[in-house]
Amino acid sequence: MTTNSEQAGAQMTPAERVAYGALGAGLAVLGLRGGHPVQRLLLSAAGVVVAAQAITGRHPVATALKINQGADGEVRVSDAVTIGQGPEGLYARWRDLASLPALMTHLEKVEVLDEKRSRWTVKAPAGTHVSWEAEIMAEEPGRRLAWASLPGAAVENSGEVLFRPAPGNRGTELVVHLTYKPLGGAAGAVVARILGQEPGQQLRDDLMRFKREQELGYAPTARGQSSGRAGAGKGTQEGRV
Amino acid sequence: MKAVVWQGTNKIGVETVPDPSILLATDAVVRVTSTAICGSDLHLLDGYIPSMEKGDILGHEFMGEVVEVGKAVKKLKVGDRVVVPFNLACGVCDPCQRGLFSACDNSNPNHRMAEAMYGGVSGGGLFGYSHIYGGYAGGQAQYVRVPFADVGPFKIESDLRDDQVLFLTDIFPTGYQAAENCNIVPGRDVVAVFGAGPVGQFAARSAQMLGAAHVIVIDRVPERLKMAEASGAQTINYEQEDVLLALREATGGRGPDHVIDAVGLEAHGHGPGALLDTAQQKLRLTFDRITALRWAIMSCAKGGTVSMPGVYGGLVNELPMGAAFAKGLTFRMGQTHTHRYLPELLGRIESGEIDPSFVITHRAGLSEAPDLYKAFRDKKHGCIKVVLNPWA
Repeated sequence: MTTNSEQAGAQMTPAERVAYGALGAGLAVLGLRGGHPVQRLLLSAAGVVVAAQAITGRHPVATALKINQGADGEVRVSDAVTIGQGPEGLYARWRDLASLPALMTHLEKVEVLDEKRSRWTVKAPAGTHVSWEAEIMAEEPGRRLAWASLPGAAVENSGEVLFRPAPGNRGTELVVHLTYKPLGGAAGAVVARILGQEPGQQLRDDLMRFKREQELGYAPTARGQSSGRAGAGKGTQEGRV
Repeated sequence: MKAVVWQGTNKIGVETVPDPSILLATDAVVRVTSTAICGSDLHLLDGYIPSMEKGDILGHEFMGEVVEVGKAVKKLKVGDRVVVPFNLACGVCDPCQRGLFSACDNSNPNHRMAEAMYGGVSGGGLFGYSHIYGGYAGGQAQYVRVPFADVGPFKIESDLRDDQVLFLTDIFPTGYQAAENCNIVPGRDVVAVFGAGPVGQFAARSAQMLGAAHVIVIDRVPERLKMAEASGAQTINYEQEDVLLALREATGGRGPDHVIDAVGLEAHGHGPGALLDTAQQKLRLTFDRITALRWAIMSCAKGGTVSMPGVYGGLVNELPMGAAFAKGLTFRMGQTHTHRYLPELLGRIESGEIDPSFVITHRAGLSEAPDLYKAFRDKKHGCIKVVLNPWA
């Protein structure tokens, strides 16, 4: 999964580097041209930072958003959670592919085609849908499950879940590794992240949802409780303190 | 029902809002008979805790009578009189199993917000304390929804008055945990408490209950120092004395064996450090004002404990880490694991060892809450602790 060439932050394309270099230089010039001393200092500093990022070639926004992208354009997402249950049951829940949409809210449906193959449909940004076929690449009950999309998938992706006992009878450590090629490259990954559809966030939410399903049997919520938002205006007594 | 509602920074109102209802089978609804304003509510008022939304119902110190229970609730029944811990805990996750209830893995539905701020992990949810902590409606209201009803609510079966048991919900266990975290050697250790607000008062009395040889309380508000003196503590007014020198004198040059910072992120104080904090906070270069914490570290004896029940929210500057290292200090901090202290502290109240109602200075109905938030924040009218009766 992990190679030595992997590094945090996405690389900019040459065109992006030129654009950022120009932006940095522009900010620096604005900073030197006058205005309030604090303003000058901040603008110049921002200019130097942006220009420096152009020189290193790191995509500044992707770096700040912790998007991990290799030179081949693949995005890698990983996360882990400890769940207070044995590995066998957790593995079985995860292996029951057709039921996964209950855990992973961005999944629309998973159709099981045969022992190894399945068809996945997800909600994509801006109300669109993406669908592909995937194959189970490894199944070691209670230990590891790996899969990969089949050739021709709109979004090439692969992943694995590791199940390992947590020390001190604390249940099972689940480690998930995902890789995918986003539609639209690095810029697409940034846009998706800003729209709240980014896989790292989805994965975190999915893992916590799984943990709570397994430990509590339900998802805690504050949705639907009372607040002054619903009753605003009725007998309201305002007061600036 | 009527509820105290956050309407924006420095804006508190009393509004008519919908009654709460059971949302999950493990919920209960409690009719609130008494509720209090906590010092940490002032951080919400002042806008120092992010993610508040207009219309949020405030309040995390409340007690009352169970009026409705969800289908899965086993231990509580309608009519039970309960105090409710300010923090929500699921009772089954690993931290809860170890008694670290405030570190509950599962009770914060908005874990993602806390994870983004606090190193990838989220503590448990809190009643009425911003959306980072779960966005749960608070108890400064006539009714409140209580999730995890079999875990948090603690039944009061004796005929103790609300005034005597209400503070089991937060400030008594919070002061007690702060003292317990010091591992006081009875008859030997000297404990200093920065801040004579409600938590500081309970920390000082808890240190005495745990056998401290001597307790010193530091503040600047005369009536708060007087209240601490009533417990037998020595007091220092930091506006009239050099606090570090006074603590050295009081301890034969050793410094207090343990120091409790019951102030937190909105410390006043004076001197260059305090001015620098205020300036940096206004410029958003620092989040927390840490005069009390700095004094705690600088005054603490070698090998001592700095125990921090006071709330911190973000990053701090100019923390005297070298002094902490040189003296080999231990830091203990965090939200209170309220649930685990309830049986023991109720026992101490029932035996007459302590009557927590000593701290109350103001009683009123909900409609007076905005004025009393202001009096409490500005330390006016002798205000130390406000108890509200939602039905008055």
